[in-house]
Amino acid sequence: MIKRDLVIVGGGPAGMAAAISAYRHGVRDILLLERDQFLGGILNQCIHTGFGLQYFKEILTGPEYAGRFVKDMGGIPDIEVSLRSFVVRLTKDKELTVLKPGVLERIKARALIMATGCREKTREMIHIAGSRPAGIFSAGLAQKLINIEGLLPGKDVVIVGSGDIGLIMARRFVLEGAAVKAVIEIQKETRGLIRNLVQCIEDFNIPVYYRHKIAKIHGNRRIEKVSVVKVDENLEAIPASQFDIGCDTLLVSVGLIPENELIEMAGVAIDKKTNTPQAKALNATSIPGIFVCGNAFKIYDLVDAVSRDSAEAGRQAAKYLGATP
Amino acid sequence: MKTYDIIIIGGGVVGTAIARELSRYRLNIALLEKEEELAFGVSKSNSGIIHPGTQMSPRSLKGKLCVEGNRLIRRIARELGVDFKEVGELIVAFREEEVPQLLDLKEKAGLLGVPKLKIVRPAWLRKYEPHLSREAVAALYAPTAGILSPYRLVYDMAENAAKNGVEIYTRHQVTRITPSGNAGLGGKPFFEVATPTQTFQARYVINAGGLFADEVSALAGVHDFKIRPRKGEEFILDKKKEHLTRHLLFPLPSKTSKGILVIKTADGNPMIGPTAEDGDDREDVATSDEGLRQVLAGVQRMIPSMSADDIIAYFAGLRPVAGDDFIIRHEARVPGFVNVAGIQSPGLTAAPAIALWVLRILKETGLPLKKKSVFHNKRPKTIHLFGIPLSETEKLVKKDPALGDIVCRCEMVSFKEIQGAIERGATTLDGIKFRTRAQAGRCHGGFCTTRILKILADAQGVPLTRVTKKGAGSEIVKEERGHD
Repeated sequence: MIKRDLVIVGGGPAGMAAAISAYRHGVRDILLLERDQFLGGILNQCIHTGFGLQYFKEILTGPEYAGRFVKDMGGIPDIEVSLRSFVVRLTKDKELTVLKPGVLERIKARALIMATGCREKTREMIHIAGSRPAGIFSAGLAQKLINIEGLLPGKDVVIVGSGDIGLIMARRFVLEGAAVKAVIEIQKETRGLIRNLVQCIEDFNIPVYYRHKIAKIHGNRRIEKVSVVKVDENLEAIPASQFDIGCDTLLVSVGLIPENELIEMAGVAIDKKTNTPQAKALNATSIPGIFVCGNAFKIYDLVDAVSRDSAEAGRQAAKYLGATP
Repeated sequence: MKTYDIIIIGGGVVGTAIARELSRYRLNIALLEKEEELAFGVSKSNSGIIHPGTQMSPRSLKGKLCVEGNRLIRRIARELGVDFKEVGELIVAFREEEVPQLLDLKEKAGLLGVPKLKIVRPAWLRKYEPHLSREAVAALYAPTAGILSPYRLVYDMAENAAKNGVEIYTRHQVTRITPSGNAGLGGKPFFEVATPTQTFQARYVINAGGLFADEVSALAGVHDFKIRPRKGEEFILDKKKEHLTRHLLFPLPSKTSKGILVIKTADGNPMIGPTAEDGDDREDVATSDEGLRQVLAGVQRMIPSMSADDIIAYFAGLRPVAGDDFIIRHEARVPGFVNVAGIQSPGLTAAPAIALWVLRILKETGLPLKKKSVFHNKRPKTIHLFGIPLSETEKLVKKDPALGDIVCRCEMVSFKEIQGAIERGATTLDGIKFRTRAQAGRCHGGFCTTRILKILADAQGVPLTRVTKKGAGSEIVKEERGHD
């Protein structure tokens, strides 16, 4: 069993901010585990601008924003980064089992910061009826396919849900030459940032159907169309209002869920509705010495706030460890 | 023209079970499947239950084959390295007046030879099925019910059959079957079997065409049954809810179905369903809001704490119904043509017994059956990280680093497992999912689809735009960026 003072799980913006801050507050033995082969997390695929306005007072893209933290961390030898490292088990005593290519390691941490981010809600979580053809993507997956892999998922797109990623992807698809036929939102207003609604939807004349939902997905091999229906104030479908929109692609952007399966395994008290730790204070959990920060703690609108609050997690962990700056 | 002793049409659990059984003998065998991969028809939506034989008429063929199959499948699973778990089933009564029905089921199952049945009461239920509704007054307990992965059984039986010489052709939809008159069974090729790309000859044709068995039969000139698809919608819950049940849970059966069940699955995720709805469309596997309502109502009656929030996936399958019983017979009017049709539930359980039944039919028609001197009855068990203890993972990953390279984070599937699935025949994303569970977890492929797409394209030497979900027409991405 390897012993470490502070282990941080997740090398996205939250984990990196926490690591740098913990170092600045005196922790000298820090291990950061990242399951991907790069640091930066989801920022790597967010090539649009709008990041850093609060934290750096500059307008940056996602990769630029992440790059600043990667660079800062690179200058701190006391932060050891372990990539392609997948935590398969966590106990309440802060023992981690980590799987890497070629080795399974057991690590005991004195303090732990979980910066595991979030995942997208799926079509299945909101129970959209119909068939299960190719052509249905979470907005984030479509973003990765276009921005990282250079692939165009489809050319006639309907987006369900008006979360920020969905709005940003609407613009992205238009810029790539695809037609975005509609954004379908069950609420009466967008759940994304107003700036995204203006810059990504209104500026491109994309129709938004508020108070509508998708009643059914059609198509056997590839999606062919969706049936859309108006809903009443109880969000119940009004069947007479149903109409179809042809498409070859459906993007699902209906919200994010914190990824807290590991701390749940360790016995941390979890709020079942939000999948976040039941916490009395920022970044705290029911187990002393296990901290959670970033989108795993709560879903944030802006990465700048993630960095700020995650730096606080680094300070909290340093204090827990009795480190002095 | 390729000539075989036997052509089996249909690569689901029935066709592959027959293929494996017949591959013990000195016969040239081909198996033709119309889809891109095996198990892509009826079998892919099977719930994985190995029934004990509790809800069938004692005089039915399917009852007999179910009980026999329940015995046989254990050995097959062991030989092929498919995980079989004998979890047992409970048929639950909610009113004292229903108890006589349980007794009736027990008596009928006893006639079929189902072992170790007993009626259990609330005290037992609370102890051994603690999350079951307190409204339950009694249950029929059948301990020999079990579970396994239906797709992995199909793939592993097919792999083993191929190892023993069976030639498997996917994307071969049979479009013509011509019996060539009076050549006689003992003699020359008797049938011509054509697909869009190839024509074969065979002395025997076995039709295990599932939903399309009536159409296949009609091609051979036998028109006397019709397959009617009966849709069943199933909903899969997060693995976190695995602890909610210990047995397979059934309500008392209705006329057309076994009702809404709470199913344990080989991979841990509870499954709830299925609905039963007769239709005409053999392609329609859409789920519905109404189906979800029905299933939830049925399930919450048994396990009140199960909720719609726990659902991570769903699908619908079509049962190939041709009357009340299985149709398994040699068609005397078309000598050499054997129909294996209407294999709805309990087809998975019965499959090994169906294979033996077919063998007996072939023998009766005079086909000489000589055992091969060498039959490979085993295959090495496929490793699934989610199914082995960490201590074993620790040893294995040292030998094979690729096992420590996790691709699917929700279900913990490694690069090595995905590569293995491709080596063993997966050509689509669904094929990889069915074999490994990659993309089948709570994020539904949001994180891992991209990497799997690349691994598959690499292995096949094709551009990413050619990789499909389930065969031609289901390409994942339309084109590369910047092309017109």
